[in-house]
Amino acid sequence: MSDEKNVDELSGVQTTGHEWDGIKELDNPMPRWWLLTFYATIIWAIGFTVFYPAWPMINSTTSGILGYSSRSNVRGQLDAAEAARGDYVTAIADKNVEEILADDSLRDFAIASGSAAFKVNCVQCHGSGAEGSAGYPNLNDDDWMWGGSAEQIYATIGHGIRFAGDDDTHLSEMPAYGEILEPGQIREVAAYVYSLSGGKPSDLSLVEPGAQVFADNCAACHGEKAVGNKDLGAPNLTDAIWLYGSGEAAIAQQVRHPRHGVMPAWSERLGDVKVKELAVYVHSLGGGE
Amino acid sequence: MASRAWKHRKMVRLMTANPTPATMTDSSGVELLDVEPLNSAKLRKPLYEKRKKIFPKRASGRFRQFKWLIMAVTLGIYYLTPWVRWDRGEFAPDQAVLLDIANRRFYAFAIEIWPQEFFYVAGMLVMAGIGLFLVTSTVGRAWCGYTCPQTVWVDLFLVVERWLEGDRNARIKLDAAPWSVNKLSKRIAKHAIWLVIAVLTGGAWIFYFADAPVLLRDLVTGQAAMVAYMTVVVLTFTTYVFGGLMREQVCTYMCPWPRIQAAMLDENSLTVTYNDWRGEPRSRHAKKAAAGGIAVGDCVDCNACVAVCPMGIDIRDGQQLECITCALCIDACDGVMDKLGRERGLISYATLADYEANMAVATDPAKKVIDPRRVRDEAGVLNAKLAHFRLAKIFRPRTYIYAGLWALVGVALLVSLFSRDRLEINVLHDRNPQFVRLSDGGIRNGYTIKLLNMIPEPRTVRLSLEGLEGATMSIIGVAEAESRAVTMLIDPDRLKTLKVYVRLAADAVTSETQGFAFVVEDQAGAESASYSATFLAPGATR
Repeated sequence: MSDEKNVDELSGVQTTGHEWDGIKELDNPMPRWWLLTFYATIIWAIGFTVFYPAWPMINSTTSGILGYSSRSNVRGQLDAAEAARGDYVTAIADKNVEEILADDSLRDFAIASGSAAFKVNCVQCHGSGAEGSAGYPNLNDDDWMWGGSAEQIYATIGHGIRFAGDDDTHLSEMPAYGEILEPGQIREVAAYVYSLSGGKPSDLSLVEPGAQVFADNCAACHGEKAVGNKDLGAPNLTDAIWLYGSGEAAIAQQVRHPRHGVMPAWSERLGDVKVKELAVYVHSLGGGE
Repeated sequence: MASRAWKHRKMVRLMTANPTPATMTDSSGVELLDVEPLNSAKLRKPLYEKRKKIFPKRASGRFRQFKWLIMAVTLGIYYLTPWVRWDRGEFAPDQAVLLDIANRRFYAFAIEIWPQEFFYVAGMLVMAGIGLFLVTSTVGRAWCGYTCPQTVWVDLFLVVERWLEGDRNARIKLDAAPWSVNKLSKRIAKHAIWLVIAVLTGGAWIFYFADAPVLLRDLVTGQAAMVAYMTVVVLTFTTYVFGGLMREQVCTYMCPWPRIQAAMLDENSLTVTYNDWRGEPRSRHAKKAAAGGIAVGDCVDCNACVAVCPMGIDIRDGQQLECITCALCIDACDGVMDKLGRERGLISYATLADYEANMAVATDPAKKVIDPRRVRDEAGVLNAKLAHFRLAKIFRPRTYIYAGLWALVGVALLVSLFSRDRLEINVLHDRNPQFVRLSDGGIRNGYTIKLLNMIPEPRTVRLSLEGLEGATMSIIGVAEAESRAVTMLIDPDRLKTLKVYVRLAADAVTSETQGFAFVVEDQAGAESASYSATFLAPGATR
């Protein structure tokens, strides 16, 4: 390398002696600032492997004397977030849903937190806007099968509906009248029920005998005036809201072979605080009583 | 050697023609050419040029006085503004100028700006830009020479340097002297004071962003936010390096503004000018020349103008990029002219048009050189044909356009400022679901409403529905009962978010889309705001 012959004539600088297509590489020294930076990075890198996890071992890595790990970092941040929410969470745990609703800041917190929990756990059936669909109730409206007060919503979410795993779950079952009533009676009662909410049955003569069939078979649960019974989960049949569809055919179908929705009990899975927050959120959707 | 041949071809292309080529021929008849390559090894200069030290001499005169005054005013504004108090009542900070980034509120005396009103700041920046055009087109690089922070702080740092190390000659001597206790102590003291100034500069900046007295206490007791300390450190560094170490290099190499400003000058802009029609030919031996019957100009080549220049240039070489037009050379030259008993203004603020007119007067058309006898008569009286600066000349269409634009933006901002709303309403219709059918067949729509109380006082406001007959509303957490108007208190200087449900009975739903408005009125004052909204219903509702 230090061979005299390898000096470039024009610049007077030594070359590396390598030649590509007649072009030689000058062997200028590295700029000093560059070298110093380079050495500094080497020292930094060595220090880094001492202070931070770096060297691979057989089962894990060296842990570094600072004991840093990104996992515990995240854990710490989550704990900090949890601690920041701590006062609210404690207050929600201590209070019942009515008290939470009455407290401005607690209510706002519960709505925000409940909204997030809703998007994770409830939208699969009830929809992202809680608008529901056939068989899955719309939670925005003011029609509630099991009651629309905050306490009732709280109980429904916590224990579920027809959920086998919870002793306090809402239980009710409408018999399949296809095996009890004659097909003609079913047509009559369907026409009658349809007329209750302002519908115009295809054959008006069916309405009067239908009323009799209703009084004999249905009034026990749905009430004499068919306004339903929230303790039994029997829906109001006089309003404009139909879970399984409106119209004589849909009503007759539901009389013959009733469908029953099932909702899991959430208190065990989400904890009491989350269920309270969800109840406050659902109550705030506009239909709460 | 392929490389040699390649390089040779390249060299040939770069060669220049020698003006008087001497042709030689060697013994074998080959012509030998006398040429020098542009970048031959012995001519090549390094790309990096070390800074040449400048030791500006103290100037005195009217421009120096004016610059002291401007320095006092600008530094005073910078350091004192955050400490000015302004009473805004109990619900807003009492600092006159405060950029409250954390709460996103900006205060300037009686004006409070919310983030969405930031266009006022943009408007002021537009005004500052046009104002610079105006100033530059009339008085040249006045911004650079008088008010640029770089100029002001360099001036301040030079005051310290001169105070500790003496004026130009003493500083040159000290700089050349070997290291001694005396030199070391002077240098340490100088840099220490510079650093103190730099810390105070960086320190003053952060007071614009928080309550100054509280922040000062927190800073000293070590309780201020990390960002405050980091800002002080960064600004200390830049102030010290730019003002103390780099000085004129910032203007010459780093700042884009000189290039832009130069493009805005024209022949009617004032610039600091060496009037060579009066000064040339310069002579250090004017008396001897006069005795010998040789006419010479007024310039005695004393170099006073170069010695005082903070940029280290010679204004006699003409207008140049490095010149910040600080006018200290005018002061220096005027002093010399006073001593010589000649008129001031050998170096003066002049327009290029005047300069060229005077050059035409002074230049001998035959010989194309300046002839002092054309400038002064035998008695030494200046030629009456010489143009003198008149204020009217710098007012020209361009100036009026800049001034007009500047005023237009200013008036627009003022009109907007005095007519702006301090109570606002924003309405966002629920999208999912767009409407809800209720058990009685009626339809309900949900809205998120934001009420902005933009004054630092709590307000009682009334939110009501306008239009949409028969509709009622309820507000979660505020008014559960159905009504058409709700009165509520909104916090000072805050935004209040409301979840509002509007319901309409089935028989009042006349179409899929019905227009109405939310109106919010201040119960105490006359201010009100409204927002047009729509009420949506399913198409098959009828």
